[in-house]
Amino acid sequence: MNTGHFNNEHMEERLWEYIDGFSDPDDLPVVKSLIEENQSWREKYNELVEVNQLLHATELEEPSMRFTKNVMEEITRLHIAPAASSYINHRIIWGIGIFFIVLIVGFLVYGLGQIDWSASSDTSMLPVDIKNLDYSALFNNTYINIFMMINVVLGLMLLDKVLMNKRKKHYT
Amino acid sequence: MSTGSTDIEIISRVLNGEQHAYSELVERYKNYVFTLTLRFIKSREDAEEVAQDIFVKVYRSLADFKGTSKFSTWLYTVVYTTSITFLRKKKMEVHSLDDERTFELADSQDSGFRANQVEQKSKVNMVNQAIKLLSPDDAQVITLFYKAEQNLEEIAKILGLETNTVKVRLHRARARLKEKMETHFREEVKDIY
Repeated sequence: MNTGHFNNEHMEERLWEYIDGFSDPDDLPVVKSLIEENQSWREKYNELVEVNQLLHATELEEPSMRFTKNVMEEITRLHIAPAASSYINHRIIWGIGIFFIVLIVGFLVYGLGQIDWSASSDTSMLPVDIKNLDYSALFNNTYINIFMMINVVLGLMLLDKVLMNKRKKHYT
Repeated sequence: MSTGSTDIEIISRVLNGEQHAYSELVERYKNYVFTLTLRFIKSREDAEEVAQDIFVKVYRSLADFKGTSKFSTWLYTVVYTTSITFLRKKKMEVHSLDDERTFELADSQDSGFRANQVEQKSKVNMVNQAIKLLSPDDAQVITLFYKAEQNLEEIAKILGLETNTVKVRLHRARARLKEKMETHFREEVKDIY
């Protein structure tokens, strides 16, 4: 059995993992045999087991005798708020999302349809003279600004959803 | 902790209008919530007030509990966020895990503390006192793991961390607890370490 990487430096860490039940299945028999055969590991193990028992035996703090009564008095004046899911209509959210997706796809199809694909790849022969494009006129338009802002918000919402799902998956 | 009705049964009774059933949940978890709050807010009066607010807040949003995690995990998440918010509001210092000042402050508190606690006989009490000397982050993770019956994944959810980070934090917290015990309770730990 190779116990080379089970040096004394990580002894405590390995032993806590063993006690907590978090040991790697491959490490488990190695740690077990070290506890049985190596005196310093055995001594450290016994020491940590005692600390572990003491930690489990520690007592919780108690609030005042009136604690529960105070809470109950407080909640008699309150009502349980409706669940957030009950007032969020997912159909509306999906509807808005689909509307904007259709809008973006429409713009893309229209834009791509306007390109002269038969033109040469030479940039000087572009169907539109980029140098003469008036960007200020494009981005000063209120409707375009609103449209862009809504897309940014939708993009952020999508990112949030993706990250939340990722986090949920991680926990499960 | 699991005597009588389950948490889910009590919650559904409360949601069906049996408001008084909520007292069973409060009785069941008040010591856990108070202890965890006290790990952050050192004043018992403030901690008790915050703990009461936590139960009121949880009651108000009980309909949002979906049962995808243990009720206790959900409850302790509220404990954590409410305690942090309280500290921020009070502009008190929140000690982070790697903040060196945490230990300087703890050490300065120890000198007075030790004089009063030198006669401490029970090893369990000694561990309890040593936990109080830890930073809130360390004390919180130890309490959640050993007393609040939360596994690493659940603690990660409560604290908003990765599971591996919690594992490292737990290990470091125990190492610091050992340091505290060796420094401040030398006599009592003689036959342990």
